[in-house]
Amino acid sequence: MSENPTTVGQPALQADDISVIFGGLVAVNKVSFTVPEQSIVSLIGPNGAGKTTFFNVLTGLYPAERGGQVALGGRDVTGLAPHKIASLGLARTFQNIRLFNLMTAEENVKVAMHSHLKAGVFGTVIRAPWQRREEREAHDFALELLKFVGIGKSAYEYARNLSYGDQRRLEVARALALKPKVLLLDEPTAGMNPRESAEFVDFVHRVRDERKVSVLLIEHDMSVVMRVSERITVLDRGEKIAEGTADEVRTNPRVVEAYLGSAANDNHVTIDDGEEAGS
Amino acid sequence: MSQPTIAVPTPKRPQGVDRTQLRWPLGFTVAAVVVVVFYGFILPFLVPGVRGWVQDWLPISEINVALIWAMSALGLNIVVGYAGLLDLGYVAFWALGGYTTAWLMSDFGFGGKVNFNIFGSPGAASTTGIHLNLVLVFLAAAGVCALFGVIIGAPTLRLRSDYLALVTLGFGEIIPQIFRNGDEDGLGFNLTNATLGIGPIDSMTFVRINRGDVVVGKLNVFDHVGRFILFSLLTALIIFVSLRLRQGRLGRAWLAIREDELAASAMGVPLMRAKLAAYAVGAIAGGIGGVAYALHLGRMLPDPFTFAVSITLLAMVVLGGMGNVWGVLLGALMISWFNSTGLPQIGDSFNSAFGTNVNFPSFNFLIFGGVLVLMMLFRREGLLPESRTRLVLHEGEAGDTQAEEPEQELVDETTVKSGDVK
Repeated sequence: MSENPTTVGQPALQADDISVIFGGLVAVNKVSFTVPEQSIVSLIGPNGAGKTTFFNVLTGLYPAERGGQVALGGRDVTGLAPHKIASLGLARTFQNIRLFNLMTAEENVKVAMHSHLKAGVFGTVIRAPWQRREEREAHDFALELLKFVGIGKSAYEYARNLSYGDQRRLEVARALALKPKVLLLDEPTAGMNPRESAEFVDFVHRVRDERKVSVLLIEHDMSVVMRVSERITVLDRGEKIAEGTADEVRTNPRVVEAYLGSAANDNHVTIDDGEEAGS
Repeated sequence: MSQPTIAVPTPKRPQGVDRTQLRWPLGFTVAAVVVVVFYGFILPFLVPGVRGWVQDWLPISEINVALIWAMSALGLNIVVGYAGLLDLGYVAFWALGGYTTAWLMSDFGFGGKVNFNIFGSPGAASTTGIHLNLVLVFLAAAGVCALFGVIIGAPTLRLRSDYLALVTLGFGEIIPQIFRNGDEDGLGFNLTNATLGIGPIDSMTFVRINRGDVVVGKLNVFDHVGRFILFSLLTALIIFVSLRLRQGRLGRAWLAIREDELAASAMGVPLMRAKLAAYAVGAIAGGIGGVAYALHLGRMLPDPFTFAVSITLLAMVVLGGMGNVWGVLLGALMISWFNSTGLPQIGDSFNSAFGTNVNFPSFNFLIFGGVLVLMMLFRREGLLPESRTRLVLHEGEAGDTQAEEPEQELVDETTVKSGDVK
């Protein structure tokens, strides 16, 4: 946060006219999107609507085509490499958890601090005082984050040995280690039971309030989306079809149509399997 | 997902790794001192029978060769074991290090055109060539190899696994070829004296305390014990650097890249820079191995730098235990000994015992291949695996037979909606 001061008055994340074309298929078509500072916003839509593709443009995995632009805290990050965008303050989790399985939870978190640490080859080899201090601080910060997400006691477990829910928490801790301005959560409640999903709503609020980040969610569990989001954007077939508060979106006829007339009905919209390439 | 943190005391950081970092230099030193004392002071006074046996089965010169292999294998371990980048052309760095030594420590001087001496130790009658001090030669070789590591890496590291391996294979062939043809006929100027090679390489200067007097002298070509001291110091240095790097910021980045490149880049790890760093550090270790090789031979010839060297180095890393310096060290020492001494000796014993005339050393790749197949079937993680790798491979095997019970439980517990758990 201190390294990436947000320009006052700028939205945390602004995407303008984002298009992605795979061959002849327009996966995302001129979608514009804003994440206000310290807000919680959601991106929803039926399978194949282009949500994850859109995510991948924001994080730099896909190039924005046709003159689309992404700005992070007022700074243009269009076309930068993924690691650069990440270090400027855009952190993400993955739809199908992608932890570094053979590293401990603490190491996983420290990997994400890479861009905030400075130790070079020489300093590491001679274990210079500044390098040791840096490592100690990184270690402390990692433990702090692990405690924050509630898995402090598993700090030295290998990531692959953590339970499914703990792996999801670890992904969030790892993303937070980037000290992001914006945290992108790609289907964070996938595989959670209703109780855990409910707890997750509180957790997202706590992340936003205590870590001072904006949160952008892709989510299929409508009960979560409706409860947690301050604003919701709906994509369908690569187009933005609606935007607004939960109530506005819920009653929007185009949204209802996109979801086959069952916008707020959990049963029809929570099941999502293997959609969208790239995640 | 949000319960307030229960006051569970944070577990202490496991200390195992750090403690071995304190202990190993002691063990290593003891081992090295034992070797020096034995070969330098005890062996000459043993009864001829025993002395002959030791010189047949474990000659100090072959221990030195094994250490040269070990240095290079440890360098390759950084590239392959740490960062997970398959390199099939690692012999190039060995050759580069060796030829850098030959250029900077002999009468060659690119056909006698260059002539200077910086704290070097030229031969008595030497009037030509570059003669640098050995320390400078090491620095130069490290610099040259790091540079070439980056030059080779920059265009190729964008490629993934198989493609990267093929391109490195190409470089591993190109560089020795240049050395092999580096004379007027091949290159237009005499770079490497082609197949005649460069030599003799200056002897090492050393300082010895002789009855209270400090004597500066030259190391005899046959003084293997003297070189052993240098080589074991270099090996220890490379081990030290490997271990230190592994625990730092860069080592974590390498591991993360090995585990999941895409996730690493999404977490702010600059892939190219981290991979190039692995390449450069690995290349430096290979180059130091090359310098040692040149010192050992006393002459640089292009013949030894074949694809088989790259493969043997890779086999040392894989058999020993990818990612674990001790495994790689063990693998390198064992395989090198087996190739140079063990197999011919076993062959001789076999032949004299059964009156046969089998040329055992010619079967070394057959035996080698067989051992590799067996290892991959029964102990994929290598002799002394990294703890992480052992973890995954053994659970994988258990999973084959018993169905992964623990994971299944967790999925049942947490999944209500189906489909998303992969």
